Amino acid sequence: MIEIRRVFTHVEHIHHEFGPRAATPLVRGAIGAVLANPFAGRYEPDILPMMALLDPVGVDMAHRLLAAMDVGTEQIATYGKGAIVGAAGELEHGALWHVPGGYAMRELLGWKGDRNAYRKGEAEEKTGQPANALSIVPSTKKVGPPGAALDVPLTNINASYVRGQFDAIEVRVPGAPAADEIVFILAMSTGYRIHARVGGLLAENISKWDGLR
Amino acid sequence: MTANIRKLLVQVDETRIEMGQAIDPPTRRAVAIAVIENPYAGRYSENLDELIAIGEELGALLGQKCVAALGIAPGAAQSYGKAAIVGEAGELEHAAAILHPKLGAPLRVAVENGAALVPSSKKRGTLGTAIDVPLGHKDAAFVRSHFDAVEARVSDAPRANEIVVAVAVTDSGRPLPRIGGLKVSEIKGEDGLR
Repeated sequence: MIEIRRVFTHVEHIHHEFGPRAATPLVRGAIGAVLANPFAGRYEPDILPMMALLDPVGVDMAHRLLAAMDVGTEQIATYGKGAIVGAAGELEHGALWHVPGGYAMRELLGWKGDRNAYRKGEAEEKTGQPANALSIVPSTKKVGPPGAALDVPLTNINASYVRGQFDAIEVRVPGAPAADEIVFILAMSTGYRIHARVGGLLAENISKWDGLR
Repeated sequence: MTANIRKLLVQVDETRIEMGQAIDPPTRRAVAIAVIENPYAGRYSENLDELIAIGEELGALLGQKCVAALGIAPGAAQSYGKAAIVGEAGELEHAAAILHPKLGAPLRVAVENGAALVPSSKKRGTLGTAIDVPLGHKDAAFVRSHFDAVEARVSDAPRANEIVVAVAVTDSGRPLPRIGGLKVSEIKGEDGLR
């Protein structure tokens, strides 16, 4: 059921955006895996079996993305995920990515929760400990043609309300997805927008450790 | 002159399966892209030496970024190409100044050798304009299995006063070459052509 056709990695270093040059550039990265869509061209009521099979795909992608970004795990401050489904598929096929994509990054970044509980739709236990990827992984998805661009949202890994790190990265794989393909995407960054200055919660002031503030 | 680099992007495109056929080892194409300020934006300058110097700097930087992203020894690079997109306040000759006089020599150092010309493309464009960077074998331009292109695009560049400069390096040809022509195994490597 899992057939990975292409893997596309993208890393960018942002030094400035016409303001002061940053001492340390913002590093943002994304990885897109182009998979065959086993449900293309028909309505398949039971698509859940694919979700578990995507777990190792997500874990491998998360590790590849971190390696391509060439930064330490502790430097990752935001994350996001997405999917672009080819024309012979449906949006719901892209939704298969929510659990395996998100939890691959969260576990890589130190989350200690229960992935199986989440898969079953149960609430997870918050550990109350800092820096273990407590936040929901924001996402977007769409059905699109080859080369379609997806704006993948990025938010802080521990507190979704960190305003200076609200961001998005545009991801597209030239030539994909074909009609019978899905591009599954993970994205991460090292933190604040390069000239962030609109106030709000700072990452250093996260206090509730509830995934939000 | 040191380039004022706003953003630096590196992409690797790895093909594992094409038309149902396993590609082993996968073909891999890397593109490194710099978004720079155009020092001649908005005016006509007879002399373009600043951009020529920037081209030399970027040939080394972007070539090295590609090789590092592929994780290969420099000599394992197989094909290369270069391209530039000039923002609206610049002219096509600005792209030529970056690409043609001095970018090639340090790129050839980054990939070891490179007797063949570095194929190129250029255009004027705006934010998100895509350019197809042509690819050719670095030692023999007529190697047919390595005629290819890879797309470079930056969502927020070039602004009017910017230039997007891309260098592409691969460790492979097309995924399923089967249209004949000169093969890698037949390269003489003397004239850069065959």
